[in-house]
Amino acid sequence: MAVSVLILISFGYLLLLFVIAQWAENSARKGRSLINNGWVYALSLTVYCTAWTYYGSVGHATRFGIDFLAIYIGPTLAAPLFWLVIRKMIRICKTQHITNLADFISTRYGKNIELGVLVTLLCLLGILPYIAIQLKAISVSFNILQEKSPSTNTFFLYDTSFYITLGLALFTILFGTRKVDVTERHEGIVAAIAFEAVIKLVAFCAVGIFVCWGAFDTMTEIFEKANQHKELQKLFLMNDYVAGRWFYLCSLSMLAIMLLPRQFQVTVVENVSEKHINKAIWLFPLYLLIINLFVLPIAFGGKILLGDTVDPDTFVLSVPLYLDQKFLAVIAYIGGFSAASSMLIVSTIALSVMVSNNLITPLFVKTGFFQTQDKKSWQKILIYSRRISIIFILYLAYLYFVLVASRFSLVSIGLISFVAVAQFAPSILLGIYWKGGNRVGAIAGMLLGFIVWFYTLVVPTIVEAGFLPQALLKEGFAGLVWLKPTQLFGLNGLDPLSQAFFWSMLFNFGAYMIASFWVEENAQEHNQAEIFVNIYQYSTSYESVVVWKGSAFIPDIISLMNNFLGEIRTQKALKVFAQKYQSNFDPHKMTTDPQFINYAERLLAGSLGAVSARMMIASVVREEQITKAEVVNILKQSQKLIKLNTELEKTSKALQNANAKLKKMDKLKDDFISTITHELRTPITSIKAFSEILVDNTDLEEDEQQHFLHTIIRETNRMERLISQVLDLEKLQSGNASLHFSCFNIHMLIKDCLDTLKQIVKEKNIQIDLITIEETTILEADYDRITQVMLNLLYNAIKFCNEQNGIIKIITTPNQHNQLEISVIDNGKGIDPQYHEVIFHKFYQAENQQFKKPKGSGLGLAICKQIIESHQGKIWVENLPENLTKFSFLLPLQQKMTE
Amino acid sequence: MKVLVVDDEPNILLSLEFLMKKQGYQVFIARNGQEALDTAFNEKPQVIILDIMMPDVDGYEVCQRIKKEKTLSNTKIIFLTAKTKEADIQKGYDAGADFYMTKPFSTRELMKKIQEYQN
Repeated sequence: MAVSVLILISFGYLLLLFVIAQWAENSARKGRSLINNGWVYALSLTVYCTAWTYYGSVGHATRFGIDFLAIYIGPTLAAPLFWLVIRKMIRICKTQHITNLADFISTRYGKNIELGVLVTLLCLLGILPYIAIQLKAISVSFNILQEKSPSTNTFFLYDTSFYITLGLALFTILFGTRKVDVTERHEGIVAAIAFEAVIKLVAFCAVGIFVCWGAFDTMTEIFEKANQHKELQKLFLMNDYVAGRWFYLCSLSMLAIMLLPRQFQVTVVENVSEKHINKAIWLFPLYLLIINLFVLPIAFGGKILLGDTVDPDTFVLSVPLYLDQKFLAVIAYIGGFSAASSMLIVSTIALSVMVSNNLITPLFVKTGFFQTQDKKSWQKILIYSRRISIIFILYLAYLYFVLVASRFSLVSIGLISFVAVAQFAPSILLGIYWKGGNRVGAIAGMLLGFIVWFYTLVVPTIVEAGFLPQALLKEGFAGLVWLKPTQLFGLNGLDPLSQAFFWSMLFNFGAYMIASFWVEENAQEHNQAEIFVNIYQYSTSYESVVVWKGSAFIPDIISLMNNFLGEIRTQKALKVFAQKYQSNFDPHKMTTDPQFINYAERLLAGSLGAVSARMMIASVVREEQITKAEVVNILKQSQKLIKLNTELEKTSKALQNANAKLKKMDKLKDDFISTITHELRTPITSIKAFSEILVDNTDLEEDEQQHFLHTIIRETNRMERLISQVLDLEKLQSGNASLHFSCFNIHMLIKDCLDTLKQIVKEKNIQIDLITIEETTILEADYDRITQVMLNLLYNAIKFCNEQNGIIKIITTPNQHNQLEISVIDNGKGIDPQYHEVIFHKFYQAENQQFKKPKGSGLGLAICKQIIESHQGKIWVENLPENLTKFSFLLPLQQKMTE
Repeated sequence: MKVLVVDDEPNILLSLEFLMKKQGYQVFIARNGQEALDTAFNEKPQVIILDIMMPDVDGYEVCQRIKKEKTLSNTKIIFLTAKTKEADIQKGYDAGADFYMTKPFSTRELMKKIQEYQN
């Protein structure tokens, strides 16, 4: 394929990334963040899948079978832990404005400058080769598409990958160093990364599908043929050696997914909301699963088709080319380019922030460089130091690629990087859960771990590259066999990588623990340890739990903020501070208030890094030494305060609830009174009207006069009934009604009630059926009260049953729990189920007053409920088929007698 | 003169019917809002005595609808109701009532008001 076309495609793709990033930045400025959703977040995490995944897995699979899978199983297993570990790290970083791994570790151990430097250097050492192999992947793939063998000695100005590196550096600088405050997210970059995640997945699957169903007939065919292939055959077997390696690779990649600087960048620093973790927990492993589906088919297919003629690391490209699928090959190239470039961009940003925050800025602060410059240019200095770091890092990576990386496979260098970042595990993972770990432990552990790492993994590569004698590998250092890098201390049951991981972690962890117990931590460390471990308690009150003692002139601090944050942001920040903490904050005074100092320091940390911010603040204030006892004391107080606060919250919530309840009861009472008075008004109205008529019309006829007088009496009775019902209910509710228990036959009671109602039953022509299971059922209850209930239910049934052919059934049935159920069924209109509950409410009618004039007092059923409940019984209503309404109540049976 | 009495309480209807007949008015009776509207449109009474709380169409709405009807522009409406709150009374007048009386009421005062409307 013509070079010019390839160059056009490469830079066209790069241009597309620029467009997407710019679009995302513009949207963010308009307040519509593209990256504020779980999908983009989860996709951005797949920056884990680099050229190693894209090209290297296939090559690895041709040699070691499914060994390649282990480093995806680790992250899949780790994903559920995100909710615990990553969420905590996010909370810590958001609270303290931490923007990179080195700041994270140095802050945890008391904002220690040496730790920051150490972590940064180790990251550079560990990650640079990893970045270099991405460049290698881009360069190799470019050459393959050109279909010419890579010329080894090209002058860099003729090397396309050099220009691509430059293009990526430009992209990273443009979208990675736009703002000084790194805590403000890189919207453009994250959007571009998420886009690249889709591209690499689609491209890889396209090649996979082509190999399975284009180059071969089915996927099964590939495996069948592989099974007969004498080299591939062996890969289907797993031996003990492989099983041990799997354990170490899984553990190693579990750590890598959380500790790689680029992963830290996308999962922690760029995170918009902790909620997005929920989606990433399942989406990220799913992505890993899909991108690995076609690794084996491509690997085996490539081996069957191409044999040993080409490097298996390039099968993704060379298989389509071999079968003359030029277009597919270009797609595959773009996919590989996106996998490599996303890693390059994010890693470079993460490392550059580290370098600038922990190496360059502290140096500037220490040497007083800032003081010699114009204050207005301080912000620019920060940005340029970050930009220079980016160029420096990419240049080093390029150099490494040209000089060294071309000699090694993608997977081997990637795994060496994994073991390097695993060395941060004790300081970070123990550091956020265990307060005991301290600065000396962290430094000792990391240093030892790295020495072991260097000796067991890096030295052998140097030997292989020919810079050191072969004897070192075969006979050990100075002829000492137990110092053989690949079998350190005579450990020979493991492969070189597993043993390196094992020894480095053992030394690292051991040194961390021993030194932490041995050396006493200082006040600052103790302070930060407490905050890191208990971050969920402190995240809202951070400024008041960082202990600080001294005095400062507020304008000094504000001018510092102005210089590094810009005046607009500083003004905004001061306003926020006044709102959040001190409404009477005066920016012109002296202060000894730690809250303000901590607030300012935290903001500066977002731009300068934790260590430099600390030093900058220290340079303008008069600080006093604090002791550990003071820290412990203040933390204890704030703990107490937090506890008191939560208790206060609880109490005030309880009070609010009680108040709401009281208000509701008050309203119910009001409603009740208004119902009652309304109910009284109706009979009084009639009484008054008829009395006036009788007084004004002395000439009434005898029977008319009688009729009016009787009406007055009837209405008076109605009032009396109502008043006694109200009093009755009140008595029952307050528990002042004493029940007079006696034993009686329930059927006698029912018959008595029916006798009382004989007259109206006859008038309304209602048919009454009494259905009983046992003739004599003895209850122990208050006879008069139960009669009251029975009469009430029967009255209602008579009132509401069908006017033409009313039927009322009374059923008594004992149940297994030694209770008797008494039901009254009528064939009226039925009751809407939504009212089944409320009709027993004394205020039911009050609540519905607007719509319906109450029939009866509205107290009958409420009284029944009170009576039945004071007998430990239950009353309810249900609808039966054919519009039947069934009111039932349960009463405990005292005894059952059978004659 | 035609008078329409609207209420769902039988005893109140009985007393009002007696009072109207005694004055020689022609009395029509309605027990709910819909019945009241039908009778009002058919008979075009000069005076309507109207309760507010009724099961279907409430008194306010009956009042509003009658006041909108051009053929009933001469009809006077007196609310006679147990709703005694200031807000309810205001609502009654807002609906277009000519007079608002609360229960229990004075028969004499009511008759005086009706006589006023007759003249």
